[in-house]
Amino acid sequence: MSDVTPTEMPVPAPAPGPGRPLIEVHNLVKHFGPVIALAGVSLTLNSGEVHCLLGDNGAGKSTLIKTLSGVFRPTSGDFVVDGEQVSFASPRNALDRGIATVYQDLAMIPLLSITRNFFMGREPVKRRLGPFSFIDMEHADRIAREEMRNIGINVRDPQQHVGTLSGGERQCVAIARAVHFGAKVLILDEPTSALGVAQTAVVLKFVRQLRQKGLGIIFITHNVRHAYAVGNRFTVLNRGRTLGTFRKAQITLDRLQTMMAGDKELAVLDEELGGTV
Amino acid sequence: MAEQPVTTTARPTTATIGDERLARQSAVHRIMARPALGAFAGVVLVFVFFGTVANGTGMFAADGVLSWSTVSAQLIIVATGAALLMVGGEFDLSVGSMIGFAGMMIALPTVYFHWPIEVSVLFAFGGALAIGFLNGLITVRTKLPSFIVTLASLYILRGLTIALSILFSNRTIVAGVKEAAGDSFVSWLFAGTIGNGLFVWLANHDLIAQLPNGEPSVKGIPMVIIWALGLAAIAHVILTRTTLGNWIFGSGGDANAARNVGVPVNRVKIALFMFTAFCATVYAACQVFEFGSAASDRGLLKEFEAIIAAVIGGCLLTGGYGSIVGACFGALIFGVVQQGILFTGAPNDWFRVFLGAMLLVAVLFNNMIRRRVTAER
Repeated sequence: MSDVTPTEMPVPAPAPGPGRPLIEVHNLVKHFGPVIALAGVSLTLNSGEVHCLLGDNGAGKSTLIKTLSGVFRPTSGDFVVDGEQVSFASPRNALDRGIATVYQDLAMIPLLSITRNFFMGREPVKRRLGPFSFIDMEHADRIAREEMRNIGINVRDPQQHVGTLSGGERQCVAIARAVHFGAKVLILDEPTSALGVAQTAVVLKFVRQLRQKGLGIIFITHNVRHAYAVGNRFTVLNRGRTLGTFRKAQITLDRLQTMMAGDKELAVLDEELGGTV
Repeated sequence: MAEQPVTTTARPTTATIGDERLARQSAVHRIMARPALGAFAGVVLVFVFFGTVANGTGMFAADGVLSWSTVSAQLIIVATGAALLMVGGEFDLSVGSMIGFAGMMIALPTVYFHWPIEVSVLFAFGGALAIGFLNGLITVRTKLPSFIVTLASLYILRGLTIALSILFSNRTIVAGVKEAAGDSFVSWLFAGTIGNGLFVWLANHDLIAQLPNGEPSVKGIPMVIIWALGLAAIAHVILTRTTLGNWIFGSGGDANAARNVGVPVNRVKIALFMFTAFCATVYAACQVFEFGSAASDRGLLKEFEAIIAAVIGGCLLTGGYGSIVGACFGALIFGVVQQGILFTGAPNDWFRVFLGAMLLVAVLFNNMIRRRVTAER
């Protein structure tokens, strides 16, 4: 492993003290022309916590995470990472500060091998010849296999196509990749929304594991059950504002569900459907 | 056919810890996952067919082999560029027009402005790369399908080729390149032969036929074959072994996903358009120096032949999947069938019928493979 290139960072040892704030935003505002997508959102993400971001469609979840991950620049408001005021020009900047985002569908390329996906954009280089850098495929295969084993996915061959993995496994590979390349903060955008029950369990288990390792995780979902299974704190967004942040002990599943739907409508619907929503 | 750098040394361990539900299938699976498989089967098929039907027609004598391998090599040159670009998720329909235009960029300055031949050749390559760059830039900037952008280039370049050759020379075939080139090394570089001594030796030992004047029936290996093998080998290594190759797969497989992890997708695509233009110019130069002239209808329909070869070779039209080795097999099938039909004396019209059928079969086969290999669940 002495020939590891600088492009490949070792897994970081996160600071042990849990509760250290990794990301703090205060009064974040984002306008798109006349549309006010975020009207002053504040939230804190600590290390070793899963902070669930809940809200219905149009609540501003996507805008918020895209701002945190460097896709959008906030119109106004404070954005502090590791105690330092930041302004990201691109997702690359956010990545450099250890903030990685795993999007629901845009994470993996099914036609490519696990190894090629895992190292896409950050390939370990064996040697250079003129303008060309040769990939150290054996090393890459080994790392990919180890990382997969750590998550508990047995792969026959890391050269097998990602398309042969299940949805939950793909999501886990994408997350493991972000962690491998030094993410301290993970933003997971609806990681379970397209998955079946068993597959969801695989992902939630992995998220819980990472929480114990001291990473800070922002978990976006509109499934309150999934959020409640792994979350320490919950922030509910509605129409570009926060309806508050709650510790798990402070709030029940039902209350979260109702808040998320904007209180009234769902309660009525819930009665009509006999409590199945 | 090692188009994927699968590490054989790592196998035994996987077999023991692998998923027992899948392990039995894996050998078949791995072979099926090779994009070039279908094309390889096709090559075997056409050789068996013509080996039987055209045996004794001279198709497999030295000069016969030369004829179909030259035709195949020409197509390999452009198919290599097309395949790499297709894996990168784009098309270039201007390849054929580029061949005509590049030929004119060599011939016109040489014959009518008396530029040294070396300068004209450099000018042609420079011009072609610039046009490839433009094709790429327009495609990535406008986000229009490259199909449309390069369809425009197809017409623009073909029109320019005819218009400029008439403007400067008042004809559509510009001859006299051979005379102007003399014994310049570029003439040898694109239309010479190598291994001449070997072929004399082979002829003297009756291993290949001799002409009545005692010369061997084949002088040597034409440079067009060397170019084809060289370009294909380099493209193959780049695609399978380098970071750039990984980025090409990523750009074609899912440009957004690749961008999210920092792959410079736009630069990769522009470089690929430049490479197809480069390949087209190599093709053009080989023809110009072989015939000693440039003609404004050169390269007609070559863009489709290049794409067909790439598709037969396993490239997916949607990008992100394919191989150079496969595209070479595709081109070889092309050359063997085209010349084989001549040797057997069958009407040449059947060649197109065969091509269309072959394309259809290849696409169906590729789709089936892709479903089985990647999207089973």
